[in-house]
Amino acid sequence: MKAFLILEDGTVLEGIHIGADKETVSEIVFNTSMTGYLEVLTDPSYAGQAVVMTYPLIGNYGITPDMESNKPWVKGYIVRELSRMPSNFRCEGTIQDFLVRHEIPGIAGIDTRALTKILREKGTMNGMITTDENYRLENILPRLKEYTTGPAVEQVTCEASYALKGKGKKVALLDLGAKQNIAKSLQSRGCRVTVYPAHTPAEEILAEKPDGIMLSNGPGDPKECGKVIQEIKKLYHSDTPIFAICLGHQLMALANGADTYKMKYGHRGGNHPVKDLETGRVYISSQNHGYVVDTDKLDPSVAVPAFVNVNDGTNEGLRYTGKNIFTVQFHPEACPGPQDSGYLFDRFINMMGGSQ
Amino acid sequence: MPKNPNIKKVLVIGSGPIVIGQAAEFDYAGTQACRSLKEEGVEVVLVNSNPATIMTDKEIADEVYIEPLTAKVLEQIILKEKPDSVLPTLGGQAGLNLGMELAESGFLEQNGVKLIGTTAETIFKAEDRQAFKDTMEKIGEPCAPSKVVHNLKDGIAFTNTIGYPVVLRPAYTLGGSGGGIAHNETELTEILTNGLRLSRVGEVLVERCIAGWKEIEYEVMRDAAGNCITVCNMENIDPVGVHTGDSIVVAPSQTLGDKEYQMLRTSALNIISELNITGGCNVQYALHPSSFEYCVIEVNPRVSRSSALASKATGYPIAKVAAKIALGYTLDEIKNAITGKTYASFEPMLDYCVVKIPRLPFDKFITAKRSLTTQMKATGEVMSICTNFEGALMKAVRSLEQHVDSMRSYDFTGLSGEELKRKLEKVDDRRIWVIAEALRRGISYEEIHEITQIDLWFIDKIAVLTEMEARLEQEELTPELLKEAKRIEFPDNVIASLTGRRETEIRQMRYENGITAAFKMVDTCAAEFAAETPYYYSCFGSENEASGASQGRKKVLVLGSGPIRIGQGIEFDYCSVHCTWAFAREGYETIIINNNPETVSTDFDIADKLYFEPLTPEDVENIVRLEQPDGAVVQFGGQTAIKLTESLMKMGVPILGTKAEDVDAAEDRELFDKILEKTQIPRAAGGTVFTAQEAKEVAARLGYPVLVRPSYVLGGQGMQIAYTGQEIEEFMEIINRIAQDHPILVDKYLQGKEIEVDAVCDGTDILIPGIMEHIERTGVHSGDSISVYPAPTISIEVKEKIVEYTRRLAQALHVVGLINIQFIAMDGDVYVIEVNPRSSRTVPYISKVTGIPIVDLAARVMIGNTLKGMGYPTGLAPEAEYVAVKMPVFSFEKLRGAEISLGPEMKSTGECLGIAETFDEALYKAFLGAGVQLPKHRQMIMTVKDADKPESVEVARRFEALGYKIYATRSTAKYLQAHGLNARRINKISQESPNVMDLILGHKIDLVIDTPTQGRDKSRDGFLIRRNAIETGVYCITAMDTANALAESLEHACASEELNLIDIAKVKNI
Repeated sequence: MKAFLILEDGTVLEGIHIGADKETVSEIVFNTSMTGYLEVLTDPSYAGQAVVMTYPLIGNYGITPDMESNKPWVKGYIVRELSRMPSNFRCEGTIQDFLVRHEIPGIAGIDTRALTKILREKGTMNGMITTDENYRLENILPRLKEYTTGPAVEQVTCEASYALKGKGKKVALLDLGAKQNIAKSLQSRGCRVTVYPAHTPAEEILAEKPDGIMLSNGPGDPKECGKVIQEIKKLYHSDTPIFAICLGHQLMALANGADTYKMKYGHRGGNHPVKDLETGRVYISSQNHGYVVDTDKLDPSVAVPAFVNVNDGTNEGLRYTGKNIFTVQFHPEACPGPQDSGYLFDRFINMMGGSQ
Repeated sequence: MPKNPNIKKVLVIGSGPIVIGQAAEFDYAGTQACRSLKEEGVEVVLVNSNPATIMTDKEIADEVYIEPLTAKVLEQIILKEKPDSVLPTLGGQAGLNLGMELAESGFLEQNGVKLIGTTAETIFKAEDRQAFKDTMEKIGEPCAPSKVVHNLKDGIAFTNTIGYPVVLRPAYTLGGSGGGIAHNETELTEILTNGLRLSRVGEVLVERCIAGWKEIEYEVMRDAAGNCITVCNMENIDPVGVHTGDSIVVAPSQTLGDKEYQMLRTSALNIISELNITGGCNVQYALHPSSFEYCVIEVNPRVSRSSALASKATGYPIAKVAAKIALGYTLDEIKNAITGKTYASFEPMLDYCVVKIPRLPFDKFITAKRSLTTQMKATGEVMSICTNFEGALMKAVRSLEQHVDSMRSYDFTGLSGEELKRKLEKVDDRRIWVIAEALRRGISYEEIHEITQIDLWFIDKIAVLTEMEARLEQEELTPELLKEAKRIEFPDNVIASLTGRRETEIRQMRYENGITAAFKMVDTCAAEFAAETPYYYSCFGSENEASGASQGRKKVLVLGSGPIRIGQGIEFDYCSVHCTWAFAREGYETIIINNNPETVSTDFDIADKLYFEPLTPEDVENIVRLEQPDGAVVQFGGQTAIKLTESLMKMGVPILGTKAEDVDAAEDRELFDKILEKTQIPRAAGGTVFTAQEAKEVAARLGYPVLVRPSYVLGGQGMQIAYTGQEIEEFMEIINRIAQDHPILVDKYLQGKEIEVDAVCDGTDILIPGIMEHIERTGVHSGDSISVYPAPTISIEVKEKIVEYTRRLAQALHVVGLINIQFIAMDGDVYVIEVNPRSSRTVPYISKVTGIPIVDLAARVMIGNTLKGMGYPTGLAPEAEYVAVKMPVFSFEKLRGAEISLGPEMKSTGECLGIAETFDEALYKAFLGAGVQLPKHRQMIMTVKDADKPESVEVARRFEALGYKIYATRSTAKYLQAHGLNARRINKISQESPNVMDLILGHKIDLVIDTPTQGRDKSRDGFLIRRNAIETGVYCITAMDTANALAESLEHACASEELNLIDIAKVKNI
């Protein structure tokens, strides 16, 4: 069946329908990872977005247990070619079936490079995937312009807090849409992790006297998370060691008077070089963010840049002055992507008072 | 970290002659690195014995030594030039070994010279088997259970503890020389004995066989600050067991999930960090197909064939970045030249699929074993890029130029089901075609996988191709079906034959339905950033990104020479690159089309635009339609480019230089005979034939021996000297295995001195830079002969005749550009053998020795310049002050079963040059450069055919005078004894021990002189003697002229200790 991808600027690309048979409107973003499509699909940070995979051959190793949450969160999936016969010793099925099962529509046969160039030149846009051949642009474009991902964190965070197995340091993980490998990375270092819903009051978390607090990644515009920011401000003042990733990093910055802004087309992929400003070392990182902290308005007595993106000079992390707090924009938990910055979890463990 | 200010003058070691396992990729890496160093203001001293390289141009380095690559020569160069540093990681294994030798001997330290790029300790830890194993063990990286052994006994004992099969890997050898898989003690004994001998340090690794696992490679970069990145990973379609150089390789990996991908990536970074490598490094893994278990196979702490491939596959210039790192820069300080915006400290992301296929030489060595093992056999490779795997595979297949263009190109329909399955078990260069046939027969994926261990994903992709064949045969050709066939890169001619239509109909249908090729950019970043470098590939069903818009300059299309093969080597890439530079200097916009990832021409900053595409008429036409070039140059890309002439003319592209009909006149027997008649130039009598019967009739008329050869080939492919009608039948059968579009030539064989000239002609005047004379008499292919410039033994009268004939031929053929002519000089007469109105193999070396930029001049005359106008003399240029001896270099030890005797068909893979003030020294240097380091044991074996016996006496006398003890088979011994020589008789192979074989295997023999009787009978004694000599590393000579030359060289060697070094960058221009 034919399908169409209609962009906010009126661009229409024709392809073949995949996944669930329904229309979808979402923000369109591209990801340049060559492997890890399943981790991308199941990363809650993509809630409200349709992802374009720039690598043209997707689904080669099928569906494996490598999920970053219990379901895919993307609103749509845009690929060049889906493998008709995946092959891997852990393969449990095809992406096609997976999308159908989770009611996610998609489109294949798209010149994803041409689409990526449009998004690169014009910036992230909204778009629609539809199988309706009689689509009318004049009706659709206003709808596309109106769309926002809105307060997305609510959709993806857990409903109630829960504890994970572990014996060591007590870590409170604030789930803003956390990828599972954040908890796993802590667990593998012996931590006893309790996961809290995004809107948990700070007092409730602090009452448990955690050794450290972890703020996770998550979807959407950080400025939509006003309430969460209020709670994070309290956590900041608690003197508990805090490590934050991605959205968590942005919220901590907003809680401390910094600003964030939307990037033209964001960073999504597994090849972004980030420089540790303390050591001068460069690490290749996994990234997925459309917003970034504006360090211009940052008071150095509150926080100073700790990491910077080598390509475009944007902020990639902050160290909070006089506090046991550091935050990063990229994903040290990897999955998908390079594991080079996994050492940051060790640093967090040290902040909490040494190994385990 | 900024540049290290102490590095001001660097000695760069090249990789020497092209041999199997060490080819053009090191010229690419070396050239890129030298340019990178010079960009930083560093003075570059270059040493490489290979004159056909771009790195040995005076534009690339400041001081250039085309000298033998031995430690002694390097020491001399260091003492003379006083560099502060040596960069050994760009010259392949040869360069690395030399760097190591200089460091280990303490020479570098004594002279205050540093190894840069990598330390001796790093090289040792990566290259020494035990040290490597210990290092891996220390950081917890798994290796297959293995043990380093220094003798056979230990090898057998260890194998008994881990069980057969085992893999054997000799230390410090090229392309896995002497390695293999042993399934039992007999095989172990054979391979291990050989491997111990070939290893520089006499050690071999015996290892658990992990054949059948996935073979994955990572290209990694690291700087001195410890930053590291991976440039690319690659997956071999052929599982572990086939040398990666002989495997079909895809980039990036296709069947690995992110877990596997990152697991191995992290491992690779750990390894490069632990080894403390600064620069590029290649790590090879075996990954268990159904678990996360993996083994590190090996690490190459230098640029390699794989790094060249990774550079071309991603656009990331590994050698350039490695050179900057060697100077002290860190990755985040080095700009990414493709985007101009980002830095070298990022990882390329591909949004396409790359397939590499090796170019194997079994069309040349028809007696050689076709099987692929851990011993590399490929002479070159092709790469292709497409947005899908099937398309990339199809494009790579037709880039091979081996008469293959689809999954049907080898016909296995005659095999029974059982035979087909047995064929699947044999790993050879036709395996994907066998799989395609198996799929057509309905053999299940699982069964094919069971036999071949090739991943199901790849088998399914081949099935996509065979399914399309069936659809095209059975279904009506709708625009949709055509679109789908083009998406997976079925060429028009294949679609035509499957649908029973004509190619032109298919093309027309495509254009009518808008099914045309689009060009996409290789930009290192999957379109995330705008790129500045126009490096393109084609695909169908996509938006076109390449602009054909004129930039106000005239456009010239330069056609490259495709994969490196015997007969068409790196020389033609040298010519293509120089031609491109010449046109750029003349103000042209330059466009290169080529498909060889190993070469300089496919570096992204050589031409204004690079199209990485197959060199077929259809693929070229796609580019022509977009670019509308003002002209095309076909003279420099060997036969590959010449073959495209007619197609280009049909597309309306003007051919610059000599016209196509004149090229034809040189190849077409009848037309050429007319020209010879008109110009009154004699040639050997002959005729053209199609069948063996006709050939025998011509031979009978001319009288035997005769020369039999196909027309329009390079490197004398299929050319033979026939002494009998039976041999004619045999040779004609071989030639006609491939359908011949043109007649076969049968000529009277004349035995005289062979002379070769290259000349530039502007349509009126000619300039001959020099006359070259071959040491071997006619009958040995010019590419396999030792060639001497200036011609030492011919008279002035003969030289004048040659110049005059060259002038007449160039004028009669209306040559504008280059012409290469081979002559026979016999009894004061000169006969023409053949004329090639194009560049030749000898152009690079003669350019360097004479200082005349031949390619540059040829390019400039093509656009209307005259020799006189450019300030050059005409006629024969004055002789240079140096003598240059070009020595062919062979790779016979890599090709089990190949016949090594020299004949009219070219067999050498590369060449080296000896330059000196005297002939003797130049000859000595040439032999030394070719790796002939004699004497050792001062014992030799002679077995010569009757016709050569009179001459053998003098040869034997010279070697005896050099202190050689001569063994000879019965009749040779008798003849030599009768002439007063002390030849010891030795039994033939078929006779009882001790026989000639025992002597060879006893490792006490320096040299075998065996002049063979004709014919290709593999069971003959001579064949076995020659093969065994080669496989045990004994130097083997098959022509009396070569033997005399060697004797002369050794006589000189005994007289001199130090070599006189020549900096050819200082050769005076005329």
